[in-house]
Amino acid sequence: MENFLNQLLSGLATGGLYASIALALVMIYQATHHVNFAQGELAMFSAFLAWTLMQGGFSYWAAFLLTLVLSFIAGAAIERIIIRPIEDKPVLTVVVVFVGLLFVLNSVAGWIYGYDIKSFPSPFPANAWYASRFMSAHQVGMITVTLALLILVFAFFRFTALGLAMRAVAQNPVSSQLVGIRTGWILALGWGLASVIGAVAGMMAAPIVYLDPNMMGGILLYAFAAALLGGLTSPLGAVIGGFVVGVLENLAGAYVVGTEIKLSVALVIIVGVLLLRPSGLFGRTVVTRV
Amino acid sequence: MKRFVIAFAIVAVSAFAAERAVAAGKYDPGASDTEIKLGTTWAFSGPVSSTSPVQRQMAGYFAMINDQGGVNGRKINFIALDDGYQPPKTVEQTRRLVEQDKVLLMYGQIGTPTNVAVRPYLNSKKVPQLFVTTGSYSLIDPKKYPWTMGFQSSYAAESRVIARYILTEKPNAKIGILYQDDDFGTDHLQPFLDALGDKAATMVVAKVSYAVTDPTVTSQILSLKAAGADTLYLMAQSRAAAQAVSAARDQGGENLLLFIPYVATAKSVIGPVGDEKLKGLMSTESTKDPTNPVWANDPAVKDYLAWVDKYVPEQDRASDRASPLGYISAQTMVEVLKRAGDDLTRDNIMKVATSLHNVAIPLLLPGITLNTSAEDYFPIHTLQLKRYDGTRWELVGKPVEG
Amino acid sequence: MSRSQINTAGFAALAVVLLALPFVLSSYHTFQATMVIVYAVALLGLNLLIGYNGQISLGHGAFFAIGAYTTAILVTKVGMPYWMTIPIAGALCLVVGFLFGLPALRLEGLYLALPTFALAVATPQLLNYNRVAPLTGGVQGIMFDKPDSPVLPLDQDQWLYFFCLAIAIPLYIVGWNLLRARTGRAIVAIRDHAMAAGAMGIDNAFYKTATFGVSAMYAGIAGSLSAIITQFVAPDSFPIFLSLSFLVGIVVGGVASIPGAAVGAVFIEFVPNVASEISDAAPWAVYGIVLIAAMYLMPEGVAGLCRTLGNRLETRRPAARPAPAPRRAPG
Repeated sequence: MENFLNQLLSGLATGGLYASIALALVMIYQATHHVNFAQGELAMFSAFLAWTLMQGGFSYWAAFLLTLVLSFIAGAAIERIIIRPIEDKPVLTVVVVFVGLLFVLNSVAGWIYGYDIKSFPSPFPANAWYASRFMSAHQVGMITVTLALLILVFAFFRFTALGLAMRAVAQNPVSSQLVGIRTGWILALGWGLASVIGAVAGMMAAPIVYLDPNMMGGILLYAFAAALLGGLTSPLGAVIGGFVVGVLENLAGAYVVGTEIKLSVALVIIVGVLLLRPSGLFGRTVVTRV
Repeated sequence: MKRFVIAFAIVAVSAFAAERAVAAGKYDPGASDTEIKLGTTWAFSGPVSSTSPVQRQMAGYFAMINDQGGVNGRKINFIALDDGYQPPKTVEQTRRLVEQDKVLLMYGQIGTPTNVAVRPYLNSKKVPQLFVTTGSYSLIDPKKYPWTMGFQSSYAAESRVIARYILTEKPNAKIGILYQDDDFGTDHLQPFLDALGDKAATMVVAKVSYAVTDPTVTSQILSLKAAGADTLYLMAQSRAAAQAVSAARDQGGENLLLFIPYVATAKSVIGPVGDEKLKGLMSTESTKDPTNPVWANDPAVKDYLAWVDKYVPEQDRASDRASPLGYISAQTMVEVLKRAGDDLTRDNIMKVATSLHNVAIPLLLPGITLNTSAEDYFPIHTLQLKRYDGTRWELVGKPVEG
Repeated sequence: MSRSQINTAGFAALAVVLLALPFVLSSYHTFQATMVIVYAVALLGLNLLIGYNGQISLGHGAFFAIGAYTTAILVTKVGMPYWMTIPIAGALCLVVGFLFGLPALRLEGLYLALPTFALAVATPQLLNYNRVAPLTGGVQGIMFDKPDSPVLPLDQDQWLYFFCLAIAIPLYIVGWNLLRARTGRAIVAIRDHAMAAGAMGIDNAFYKTATFGVSAMYAGIAGSLSAIITQFVAPDSFPIFLSLSFLVGIVVGGVASIPGAAVGAVFIEFVPNVASEISDAAPWAVYGIVLIAAMYLMPEGVAGLCRTLGNRLETRRPAARPAPAPRRAPG
């Protein structure tokens, strides 16, 4: 029983990692209707940036905030410089550019920082009151941060004019332009915000998985599954999807099929769910007008 | 095409002319009076690109030898091609090295599946596959593949040494095993179980695997803890090794007896876990640890550190220095080439490489030398246990045969 | 010279080049050329699915692996001659692809990408799984002997080149005819407007699943050939990177273009090598930059570029051809 609880809670903690990257994926999808395969590598780069700043003498929170700002600028810049010229090109062209971006970011990070893993500090003191033998302080903190991000994203889309504009642009760029929304900047904003979420995810993940250029490889995979499970159009779905994937993976590995093929089994279950609900658990069913 | 033919003709003629000028040695393709061509395939891209410092050390060592005038007056030309750790690519690149670049031999290639993939080709062509960079024992089979030779101590030897230590020091241990779900894991796992013998059934309380793509291994460690293990052998490497040690200490506390493979003991791999959690961790060793103050005045270590500064300055001073694998491997290669003298045929090089007797490599631990024979294709088979005392690795006991 | 004459001349020239290659190239380069042929078959299959039918797959590396393992297992465990295993590998992948396509049909666009991606990710793990290890050789994989040439003057590499070519060409012709016929129009109609296609009496479900199956079959045959020419299969031979490479190949070559598949094969075979020659410190960075640059310069691949150039030439001629079919991307 104790093991079950342990597995469940540790699954929730890793699920938090998947959830935050899934949230970033959904953010970009909401703004541009693309799934950014380079999202994990962007988050990794942000974490390295924070690490460099801390090495340079910045305190954790100063480095944290500066990283968020720089990540926002970098994300928006990537949209305007790299993605903009091919925006109206076929989806697959954009996908290949994302794949190219993934290769470049991964390789350049390895080139600059090397492939040795590096430790990354946690902002949550190890002996904080919320730490227990089931969950470390960092795990609790990380889940809280993920939920906070979710609320912010939800509020952004629900209550701000910018959020509304972003949803409008994703749904119908031409009409949005006609009513005076500057679609170009909205897309850049979407990328910027997704990069910020990714940066938070990277900095939360690094103390657990350690910092190295390949740190996000596995996580992106699960986050992709989580985002689709929850529904690409739903931030809430993405976060729940992340937690579900984390727990499912742990329980499948510990109790059902053993660790060897737990990934395969978790994926089969997710695909099974998708077959019943093709737009994800919380996704809107898109009705196409013909 | 035409230009190519002309260029080829020029090369051929000039090579012929060079041959005529000083016809001193006996050569196979890739060797001449002025040059020895060695080839390697490495994963500069892909999942194990973190190993590339080892290849840089090899290249740096050959650069030093060349600066000193080469091996018996011949410069070493070391050609490395990227295979991204994909066996089909390894086959392609190896064929390029052998057929187009015409290397004398293949040396030090990374990886088990990659080396397995090219083993039949190299053996049928009778091209030496020397001192490959993997400790997989299943790769090395002198009877079937007489041209394929290992270098570092085999994973099997390491597992046997650890198993015997547990049997004598902690005969009632409840052992939990975490292993990587590929050749690295199984090459450690099976010899370990074999060495425990009949006691494996009672002593090993749980074994669980992880995949390289798993973001964390906490779940696996929890399963081992739930099975009641008080001794863990974590057959993991890179990030997973660091995560596993950290998680094991979080869950099991400091009384847990922990073992990891020697390939994971470099500071660059487990350093980030922090000294507090690393304390008491055990592994095996065959080389002097250049970062350990014990060896600060050792001439071999001094030479090595000076060499790092000059030839691989990009290597992280604090971490990569700790693992001189590429350096000693290249040193061994050079030693073999030296001994082959002017008879640089593939046959002769293989003969020299398989008849090393007590060859001293200064960076190996005292009491450990290189020994090979027609049946024994692992030059290093003596190992010493080591334990992390909270600041550095301390050697435990005496060097033992693995 | 009329257009058809140009085409005939082009084909003749191509045939001469293909036949002459192994006699001009070194055996190492012949081996590479054989790999290109193998990739070209796989890419053609994937292009049928993605380019013509509009279904995204990130997982064709899995079918490639199934084909390769089928051949390796039949050759080593059953002792079957290697050439006999190819139709079996193809048929198996056809069935597996068809079955996989049945449920996956319900999903569209990116949602379909997940199950296929999952398949590609799970494949190495499943091949390793200890219950199937006795069959698949586990992590060590399976090795077998390189086939000798039955035709005397040819060496092994030349023989394998012609062997693969002799299988690839009919597959290309079949693909070509399939797409020009009624079936092909149905497949494309589903991509362009599924509902309208349904209204026209096209059985959407059947055609989509069948396309998935046929596409998997092509990948399976390619995988089988790849096992024969490298004489080795192991889980590490089929990483997720392979599936991504296939996708890259068809986009760079040109979506919905049959010659584009062959061009894409050349790209995925050679560009990574060139990238690592340029920089062995960061080979992926070079590769990534080439990819992005390729998409900028020719967003619709090499085939798209050729079409654009061709159209420009055409418009200068008096007898312009009717405009080509709309090139809508899937998704």
